[in-house]
Amino acid sequence: MTTPVAISLTVNGERVDAHVLPRLNLADFLREQLNLTGTHVGCEHGVCGACTIRVNGDIIRSCLLLAVQAENATVETIEGLSDSGEIADLQAAFRERNALQCGYCTPGMLMAAQDILVQDLDADREQIREHLSGNYCRCTGYHAIIDAVEATAKARKALRR
Amino acid sequence: MSNSDLRPGLSVLDRPNSYIGKTVPRPNLERLTQGRGEYVSDMALPRMAHVVYLRSPYAHAKILGIDATEAKKMPGVIAVVTGAELAKVISPWVGVLSHLKGLKSAPQHAIAVDRACWQGEAVAAIVATSRALAEDAAERVIVDYEELVPVTNMRTALDPETPVIHDVLGDNLAFERNLDAGAVDQAFANSDEVVEAEFVFGRHTGVTLEPRAVLADWNPGNERLTIYLGTQAPHMVQNIAAKHLELDEAQVRVVCKDVGGSFGIKVHIYADEMATCALSKLLRRPIKFVADRIESFNTDIHARDHVCKGRIGVSKDGTINAFEIDDLTGIGPYSMYPRTSAIEANQVVNLVGGPYTTPNYRARARVVFQNKNVTCQYRAVGHPIACSVTEGLVDLAARRIGMDPVEIRRRNLIRDDAYPCGSPSGLRFEALSHHASLDKLMSMMNYDALRAEQAELRKRGIYRGIGIASFIEVTNPSAAFYGVGGARISSQDGVAVRLDATGRVICQTSLTEQGQGSESLTAQIVGSVLGVSMERVRVILGDTDNTPYGGGTWASRGAGIGGEAALQAAKVLRKNILDVAAAILQSKPEALDIVDNSVVDVEGGQQRIELNELARIVYFRPDTLPPGFQPELMATRHYVPREYAFAFTNGVQASWLEVDVQSGFVKLLKHWVVEDCGTVINPQLVDEQIRGGVVQGLGAALYEHCIYDERGQLTNANMADYLVPMAGEMPDIAVGHVISPTLESELGAKGAGEAGTAGAAAVVTNGVNDALSPFGVEITEIPLTPRVILTALGRI
Repeated sequence: MTTPVAISLTVNGERVDAHVLPRLNLADFLREQLNLTGTHVGCEHGVCGACTIRVNGDIIRSCLLLAVQAENATVETIEGLSDSGEIADLQAAFRERNALQCGYCTPGMLMAAQDILVQDLDADREQIREHLSGNYCRCTGYHAIIDAVEATAKARKALRR
Repeated sequence: MSNSDLRPGLSVLDRPNSYIGKTVPRPNLERLTQGRGEYVSDMALPRMAHVVYLRSPYAHAKILGIDATEAKKMPGVIAVVTGAELAKVISPWVGVLSHLKGLKSAPQHAIAVDRACWQGEAVAAIVATSRALAEDAAERVIVDYEELVPVTNMRTALDPETPVIHDVLGDNLAFERNLDAGAVDQAFANSDEVVEAEFVFGRHTGVTLEPRAVLADWNPGNERLTIYLGTQAPHMVQNIAAKHLELDEAQVRVVCKDVGGSFGIKVHIYADEMATCALSKLLRRPIKFVADRIESFNTDIHARDHVCKGRIGVSKDGTINAFEIDDLTGIGPYSMYPRTSAIEANQVVNLVGGPYTTPNYRARARVVFQNKNVTCQYRAVGHPIACSVTEGLVDLAARRIGMDPVEIRRRNLIRDDAYPCGSPSGLRFEALSHHASLDKLMSMMNYDALRAEQAELRKRGIYRGIGIASFIEVTNPSAAFYGVGGARISSQDGVAVRLDATGRVICQTSLTEQGQGSESLTAQIVGSVLGVSMERVRVILGDTDNTPYGGGTWASRGAGIGGEAALQAAKVLRKNILDVAAAILQSKPEALDIVDNSVVDVEGGQQRIELNELARIVYFRPDTLPPGFQPELMATRHYVPREYAFAFTNGVQASWLEVDVQSGFVKLLKHWVVEDCGTVINPQLVDEQIRGGVVQGLGAALYEHCIYDERGQLTNANMADYLVPMAGEMPDIAVGHVISPTLESELGAKGAGEAGTAGAAAVVTNGVNDALSPFGVEITEIPLTPRVILTALGRI
């Protein structure tokens, strides 16, 4: 348990080589070793969704994945999605709709929201609520978040036409 | 006549291009949506060490001995410190206030010395180079406990056979308040119907998404302690830390950057946070403590936990003749410091019956100690209790006399033209709008159509209900809240504004930002008054070294108190700028105005000089100004309301819900709120405060419950077992406004932060009872879990 293991992975497009203890979870690895503090930790048992990131294209709870399990993986965090511009429209919608207050759930919420937007631009409010129901927000009451995601879906759909 | 009709002439709020009343995005959102926030849990400093607290597994136990020999040998361990050792650096405290007469508590240590009084109280600190190594070492600390009988049931806490938690106090009664106003017995005797019920409110807690975190940095080089803390009251923390660490207040700096949720949870002084500051002083290095989620559940303040017997007397015509309550609440083993744990019960006594006209009101509130986690002020202190009891009784009375719940409210709510007036409990109301609010709610929800739909569905075995609740809300607290009781918690707030050398405006405010929009409202007000665009205004807050002294952000005081200070400071700066402009332009200040970042002529509006040019002259070419003229491009003002101790606001909520009588599940279909917070600075921010507050109240109504067993063990201290509202179960929430500005301030803003939480539980409970009325069921307990509902229905 106490011997570090060498891992290699890609984080936000950059190759990362590190030594990690087998017990270290991916959220702590990102936050403490890579200083990518945009990924937040809320409950550390997979309920709150604050640590949601993308691994090999799928959203996961980074508190429930060990860093060693990310060997060879492609990891994308809020910093990566922000810098690439992939979710610039969604972030703008959150800003305009005040779909965040303290902002602590927001990185994980944006990850989950982008996930449904990638899958289904026709999702209605109920489906959006359902998709985001693994991400806890204590501040907003969710209504504004649903509005922002719905607005982004409509805008993206209009762009496709 | 509404208050707005009384406001004489044009004010600074009516200036052209005003941001007041406009929805503009908050300036800090770009940063937060990019994951570039700076929360305390993100921070690291050179030489920083991490602390883990070893916590008592027992609710009540003597600490006979602590053996840390093995723990100290573990890798990375810097120190293991016991309560007795830490007590040499930090003194204990007692959470009482002199205006809550008779309130008593016992000295509380930063880390327990000799005895642990709740499951989760820290008994030792393990400091190591990482949190993980500290946790490893904590497992090797051996504590020898002698388990004591825990006091867990508040209903028997005062019985003679129940052990007394603190011998020195004599009994387990922390506080009692009695009130008897009007002629209560006579009013009940003259009533056609008297209805009684016992209301039960479970314990719940804040569950801020970012757990509490503190980074304390004692620098022996300059003998200063910097505390990075997600707090709502930085100056209060500065005062308390200095006092108990034997430092001068000037030696302590409190920095509050981004805060991952607060809701009153982060306005208190926590023993483990104080212990972290003391450890930093003791070990002469930065120490960081971040609670994990189990620690949050066991040590973040809990709230509510009331049993309140209520009685209402009504005439057949619907007239409410009297209210009577007997409230019992359990607060844990200590009254929380320095705000105390008696404020909520006091608030319940104050607020019950508040919206209604009857002068006959009797109340008793008793606050008792228990061996459970401490309780204290949490969003909408006392409001959900008072509102649920009052509105529950009003609904029960209406049902008894066969009157529509809206009609009985119309007949008894204080008339909108009756203000100013007082309440039986001694509150003074400046101007409320219960009737206008109820009218607006009725039209928003289309009440009659919903009633028709309800009746139709009921024939098909679908049980839907409508809940209605009016309420009053305490905001903008003055010194009457804490200052008069001897606590150094400032009731005033201050704002300093200055024009810098490029024509930009910097505001320093004593408010803090936890997401409510303190930054935004300050920038909106200052920008409006100065005639400067918001992009040019920057707000600095959350730093005792760099902001005026003030109370911070709690009890819905940001807009009403901090906002007015910003307005007054900006007015002074505006005058100063116009004085300079007049000197430069060889004009008169009264002939000039500032619009769109430029000084203009009042007559004709012609642009005369851009603010950046004016600033350039002031800062770099003052030699060109008239001799003896000293420009002053900075101004500071403080504000606190003095005429009214509190700004009372009001509102009304409604819930449309469906109860599945087979499973006991409640489905929320729609929620409406009408609220009157006076001047609205940013409509979107106000609406979102209300929506967020509603959902917090809905959590309490349906899911949230800190469940203790008879030994005082918290059995659901995790987010899998303690349920919180998630997006899937929550309804859309419609928000409407009636606007009655307070005339005490120029801004006219009252608070909006408590309103949502205040009434949400009441409307859900009333809605469930309405839905279940065909079954003759009356439930007065929250959370309304399937078990509670099915039990009431006699199905289990």
